[in-house]
Amino acid sequence: MANLKNLKLLTGNEAIAQGAYEAGVKIAAAYPGTPSTEILENISKYKEIYCQWSVNEKVAMEFASGSSIAGARTLVAMKHVGLNVAADPFMTLSYTGINGGLVIVFADDPGMHSSQNEQDNRYYSKFSKIPMLEPSDSQEAKDFVKEALNMSEKFDTPVIIRTTTRISHSRSMVRIGERCNSKSGNYKKNCQKYVMIPAYGRKRHKVLLERWKKLTKFAENSELNKICNPPDVSLAGDVGIITSGISYQYAREVFTNTPILKLSITSPIAKKTVKEFANGKKLLIIIEELEPFLEEQIKEANPGIKIIGKEYFPQFGELSLEILEDLYDEIFGTSLFKAISSGNTNSGNIEPEENVKVRSIPQRPPVLCAGCPHRSVFYILKKLKTIVMGDIGCYTLSVLPPLSSLDSCLCMGAGIGQALGMEKADPELKGRIVSVIGDSTFFHSGITPLIDSVYNKGSGLIIILDNRTTAMTGRQVNPGIGKTLMEETTFEEKPEVIARAAGIKNVKVVNPYNLMLLEKTIKEELKKQELSVIVSRQKCVLLDRTKSSERVYIDTDECAKCGLCLKFGCPAIEYRNNEYTINELLCTNCKVCVDICKKGAIKVGDK
Amino acid sequence: MKNNNISCNKSCSKKVDFEYHQRKWRKLIDDGSVLSVLLAGVGGQGILLTSKVLSEAAMLDGLDVKVSEVHGMAQRGGSVVGSVRMGKRVYSPVAGKADFIMSLEKLEALRYINKLKENGFIILSDVEIYPISVYSGDISYPKDINSEIENITFNYIVVKAVEMAKRLNKVRVANIILLGCLSNFIPISYKCWIESIKKNVPHNAIDVNLKAFEEGKRIIN
Repeated sequence: MANLKNLKLLTGNEAIAQGAYEAGVKIAAAYPGTPSTEILENISKYKEIYCQWSVNEKVAMEFASGSSIAGARTLVAMKHVGLNVAADPFMTLSYTGINGGLVIVFADDPGMHSSQNEQDNRYYSKFSKIPMLEPSDSQEAKDFVKEALNMSEKFDTPVIIRTTTRISHSRSMVRIGERCNSKSGNYKKNCQKYVMIPAYGRKRHKVLLERWKKLTKFAENSELNKICNPPDVSLAGDVGIITSGISYQYAREVFTNTPILKLSITSPIAKKTVKEFANGKKLLIIIEELEPFLEEQIKEANPGIKIIGKEYFPQFGELSLEILEDLYDEIFGTSLFKAISSGNTNSGNIEPEENVKVRSIPQRPPVLCAGCPHRSVFYILKKLKTIVMGDIGCYTLSVLPPLSSLDSCLCMGAGIGQALGMEKADPELKGRIVSVIGDSTFFHSGITPLIDSVYNKGSGLIIILDNRTTAMTGRQVNPGIGKTLMEETTFEEKPEVIARAAGIKNVKVVNPYNLMLLEKTIKEELKKQELSVIVSRQKCVLLDRTKSSERVYIDTDECAKCGLCLKFGCPAIEYRNNEYTINELLCTNCKVCVDICKKGAIKVGDK
Repeated sequence: MKNNNISCNKSCSKKVDFEYHQRKWRKLIDDGSVLSVLLAGVGGQGILLTSKVLSEAAMLDGLDVKVSEVHGMAQRGGSVVGSVRMGKRVYSPVAGKADFIMSLEKLEALRYINKLKENGFIILSDVEIYPISVYSGDISYPKDINSEIENITFNYIVVKAVEMAKRLNKVRVANIILLGCLSNFIPISYKCWIESIKKNVPHNAIDVNLKAFEEGKRIIN
């Protein structure tokens, strides 16, 4: 057996947490968001680091800025769209710079495994002039935290580490090291640096432009950008690849005979390094996911040779070995390479791979769990033919059949504002518009639109789906739980108290497992001419499954085989061989389906 | 077949020569090839733990390993696929075409079969979990998945893993039974498998998992 001393198989997120530990990070904050969530969850295992879930990414960013000003090495993490929320402090942080090293991690999600868009956050680096590192495996994910903090302190700037889902959620081997000490507690008042009034801001803008030039030089001399020359380049000496992140791994595996420039500092781009690499070659292939971020800048650097990129690779989704293999064949197997060699380039595009269907296979999209407390809310909202302005969370899954109840899902916190907009634009819709939002999402960005709806005399119904956790990202605590990430007891925020304090008179709390009461309450509140809030409160079934001595079953003698129970969309209710049954392994005994069946055929009995 | 724990394909009824497979793969890996295993199933079936046991066993055997996992939204009862790749040096964590597919559910085996290499092997659990789409749409759960697979390859083994796990009084060990079956093909030494299982399964379930692994290993020997 191999001796695995100090070697661990870590995900990128676990490796970033380990990197934070080793680099002497003292403070860390985040708001959960796939694929970034596990960074803070893993940091919380190190007692040496204070860490917290902030209510949203903007607050996390501001918190991190304060911690850095006070002198501590700090890490803040979020998913790509989280940076949109945090963009305001982020952009000006570039002006103020730091005191203690500050690393900002954001995790993009090409392919949208668990996101509402696949924006390419690399542009945020160029936009803000905050430098960016991109690891290509877990070892680099760990090492780059320290590199980023050193850069941060050297150049007085926050530094970005950008990952993608395949870096965050892939495991590879990492050599573990010791924690190093970092200084802290050296705060000095410096209003010209930290108070961004226009007069000081103008000065800082010049400072950051100068800094960007220095960072470009740094990138050009950095050993983080590496050239991998294959042992035998006779086949492809005329061609070079420039790539970064996960794309590097695909390129390295497929283009075994081609020199590769792997950029780890992808912004600012090391122009001189690119030019030197291009020297003597006839063709540069830029391999990157999503936007032509590197390609645009490499073309701008003008190395004087043919550059190809997005005309061969999709501008959406993820790259894969297959896509690169196709390009490889195109270049070395057929006309393109010869055409380049003879100076005539005009080749066709490669279509991104489509999934070949063996037969028509039933889709298996994610679904709300058996016993999910959200289900009954959406069952009733559909039944009442309401317009449902949704939000981001597990409950977004209610858009799919058979519940099919959502009308919109834009971003976190959007539903409440959208509902008000609809009602103002078309008063005919009044009495039919409902917005739904989760507990964690409510604290994240639901409170401001709630106040806006009161202020601007909205009349809709807002349902807060309080399942006592941040469920979709893996059940993190939030301000409503009364526990912090560090497992301290804290004040338990109540959405109903906040709603009343905001000036809403009609506030009710209902247990969604009580289907009759829930329906009655929703109907009553919809009728009202003023704003209402219903807090639908029931613990997420994944939190703890208490064993029950009862079981829910379908009495086959009384079952009319009408299929109504299937419209509830609970995965525990099954239909096979013309028979309706309840799968005991999945059923959580929520008993809501007992009220759904009109014949009374769904019964509760002993185990 | 005298063993009724598996329903086997034609080539398997002649008895698969595992030593040949192991020898072949050891040589290929020595020559720089990467062995890719695709793990398919339904969110919540325990793919993460299964891929952890497999990948750490390979790591203990001195191989470079990369794993690609699925977290987040897709886990909610959706179709989930991950991969474990091993070799002297592995670059991509995501497999292109796979040498082995191990599926914890029958329909998912069919869904990803186009990812199987020409001479690849597919090991699947004899479990049918109906997706909601078969209730609300006009599409039905395929009736005879085995014969659909046979249209594509004879290199498949169906393991009645859940039945076997129930006999061990622990349904959750079905995945380890499948791993036991897969272990016959893969050049990882026995003690590394055992060590990885001990390391990764819950403490109070080590014995039953080791037993499950043995049973899985035996079913086609």
